[in-house]
Amino acid sequence: MTDAPPPAIALIGISKAFGPVKANKDVSLAVAAGSIHGIVGENGAGKSTLMSILYGFYEADAGEIRVRGEPRRIRSSSDAIAAGIGMVHQHFMLVEPLSVVENIVLGAEGGALLKRGIARARAELARLSQEYGLAIDPDAIVGELSVGLQQRVEVLKALYRGAQVLILDEPTAVLTPAEADQLFELLRALKAQGKTVILITHKLREIMAVTDRVSVMRRGEMVAHVETNRTSPAELAEAMVGRRVLLRVEKAPRKRGAPVLEAAGLSVVDERGCETLRDASLTLHEGEIVGIAGVAGNGQSELLDVLAGLTQPTRGVIRLGGTILGTAERNPAHLRRLGLMHIPEDRQRTGLVTAFTAAENAILGYQDDPAFGPGPFLSPARIERHARAAMQDYDVRPLDPDLKTAKFSGGNQQKIVLAREIERAPKVLLVGQPTRGVDIGAIEFIHRRLIALRDAGVAILLVSVELEEVMALSDRILALCGGRITGEREAAATDERDLGLLMAGVSERAA
Amino acid sequence: MELVQTLAVILDSTIRLSIPLLCAALAGLWSERSGVVDIGLEGKMLIAAFASAAVAHHSGSAWTGLGAGMLAAVALALVHGFSAITWRGNQIVSGVAINMLAAGLTVILGNAWYGQGGRTPTLEGPARFAELDLPLAGTLKEVPVIGPIYDIAISGHAAPVYLAVLALVLTAFTLKHTRFGLRLRAVGENPAAVDTAGVSVAGLRYAAVVICGALCGLGGSYLAVSQSAGFLPQMTAGKGFIALAAVIFANWRPVPVLFACLLFGLLEAIAIRLQGVVLPGIGQVPVQAIQALPYVMTVVLLAGFIGKATPPKASGLPYVKER
Ligand SMILES: Nc1ncnc2c1ncn2[C@@H]1O[C@H](COP(=O)(O)OP(=O)(O)OP(=O)(O)O)[C@@H](O)[C@H]1O
Ligand SMILES: [Mg+2]
Repeated sequence: MTDAPPPAIALIGISKAFGPVKANKDVSLAVAAGSIHGIVGENGAGKSTLMSILYGFYEADAGEIRVRGEPRRIRSSSDAIAAGIGMVHQHFMLVEPLSVVENIVLGAEGGALLKRGIARARAELARLSQEYGLAIDPDAIVGELSVGLQQRVEVLKALYRGAQVLILDEPTAVLTPAEADQLFELLRALKAQGKTVILITHKLREIMAVTDRVSVMRRGEMVAHVETNRTSPAELAEAMVGRRVLLRVEKAPRKRGAPVLEAAGLSVVDERGCETLRDASLTLHEGEIVGIAGVAGNGQSELLDVLAGLTQPTRGVIRLGGTILGTAERNPAHLRRLGLMHIPEDRQRTGLVTAFTAAENAILGYQDDPAFGPGPFLSPARIERHARAAMQDYDVRPLDPDLKTAKFSGGNQQKIVLAREIERAPKVLLVGQPTRGVDIGAIEFIHRRLIALRDAGVAILLVSVELEEVMALSDRILALCGGRITGEREAAATDERDLGLLMAGVSERAA
Repeated sequence: MELVQTLAVILDSTIRLSIPLLCAALAGLWSERSGVVDIGLEGKMLIAAFASAAVAHHSGSAWTGLGAGMLAAVALALVHGFSAITWRGNQIVSGVAINMLAAGLTVILGNAWYGQGGRTPTLEGPARFAELDLPLAGTLKEVPVIGPIYDIAISGHAAPVYLAVLALVLTAFTLKHTRFGLRLRAVGENPAAVDTAGVSVAGLRYAAVVICGALCGLGGSYLAVSQSAGFLPQMTAGKGFIALAAVIFANWRPVPVLFACLLFGLLEAIAIRLQGVVLPGIGQVPVQAIQALPYVMTVVLLAGFIGKATPPKASGLPYVKER
């Protein structure tokens, strides 16, 4: 027998069910030591579940885990850590009021008293920062850090525990493109040191750029393992979804109608007294999609919130259908009645009540609609029927209106919100991050729905951190930088470079 | 001199009245920092008061009584822990149940065993904690200001008082400087983070619940075996709830808990002093109004007028592995 080195991780016949939902069905996977291994699959395919089993967060119903060829029982995260496995979860596992260094040593304090362990961790942090270019202030309070830095803390946590195998679950969903590039540099550096990386992502571009091998999951099963350099995004997409996926957006020329939403001189000052939106003016016409390009945190969220009536502007005027909206009218309930719908950026915080069932969430904000019950009463049967139909249309899995929304995978939660707002036939639709954390099959579907709405005469404002998405969908693009609109372009007449300059605040006149 | 004397006496009674609050508040702090809400502090103190008085009477030793009181409270705490941690039940319901259980059980057992309307027999001699004179109390007496305060207010309390102060110091130190403290602070904020760091969430929470029980036991036993000479029905008189208010008032931090308890103890001391006193213009002082002040102040605090109360994020939530 030849002495090929055993795989760093081998999963053999893993199965896991959550009640009636079979999240993993007889899944096997081998990850070569010193490689970067990608895992792709639709929302709810079972990727996070599989990795959580490897990390001991869930226990598998059946199957075996081998680490460097040796069978291991991993029944809790401490077993996984002992086996040299570290994980950065899709939803971070940080204690927000504690400092960075306290988060790092948690569970690996090295003694009953903290002093020595903390001192050691500081030294080690300094070393890791040097080695991998992961600068961080050890005394900063984690809750006050940006998402990108919080993720850095998660990575450092795993490295501090001496992880040889690092699992990252959709790490780039929350990162700006620049931060994502930095992360990939880090992954390559780790690989060069002989460490093994498992990367879950929905972005095939990232898979092609950094991974050595890819595994594809579909509906709880492993359907393919391929070398990255022997495949293509189209082929992966097809394996994931089980049919051909259009990776391009196809749209007819717009038929622009009358202006419906006009904003002039909008400014917003936040609690800390910072002006987060400055003197923004824009006009949305019927039948067009206007995209907002900008690095995250440059006023996009504030713009959406103000237009949706969630916050009040400190200055400025908003006109809907030609009439000026007074302060009292700028609230979400009233705006909804006027036909202005909003798909919020953060679905878990503002889009859904995760403790409610899918059916209840599907009518949230529209609970007074007589279609859902007479007078003050709600009719569970009607609500359920409504939700079932919507879930069917949007291919929400599992198709169970009575399941708590918390139990749906991230992408499926997104679809529930989309279905609710889009199916109300809006006049104006504000969309924040419509495809964040959503698989490519669903992205295709969502993009088609948005285009169809536009063709039907809806005015759409689109905010997305994905520049590609903004460019593909929009008819017109506004660039935001530091809360100010720094330029406007027809989508057909611009490119990434041009927009990049506007997003960096190089204003038109200066250029 | 007169003034210092009076102040020392007020401080002395403030301390006496604060100690049961301090014990219960520290107990609540431990429990809530770990993520287990405990409104059963009152019940645990009550059962400890009864158990300690009964056992001190039979054994003739105050210390044995204290041990029994703490054991009884820990037992009740474990019931709460079992329902809140293992069975992920509603923590408020379980706390209320414990309060009702303790209120009923103490009276029934007391009547059955002693037939004195729920009281336990009066404790005498070594069955009750003696007041300890701290070293130098006599010699320092003549020193102006410090002397009388040390002699009257600081010295001359029973052993449980000093134990409670020790518990405060240990709590503050443990939370801030030890591994256990760090994990405990973390588990009340985000149990999933603790779990994925390879530490048992249930283990930490049970440990906190047991400490909570032991501290309630100390407070309850002090009431029966030191402050009074035996158990009286309902002798905790809402102290467990005032302690909860103190925890909120102190924003779940140990040293501020001490000051909150001293403040509430002072209010009680004033209320007792003014009982029956007729003031010109006002008439009889409405003592109930003063007794209600801790609650009023807490409500005002919670309404956001004084500062901001930020409870541990996961407190009251059973830990379930799901998103
Ligand atoms: N804790 C849980 N309780 C109940 N059901 C769950 C739980 N976690 C996951 N599921 C279900 O298991 C299935 C797989 O979920 P998982 O989170 O592994 O998907 P995923 O591939 O990571 O999807 P996404 O790309 O959207 O993150 C889904 O149908 C989901 O609803
Ligand atoms: Mg996932």
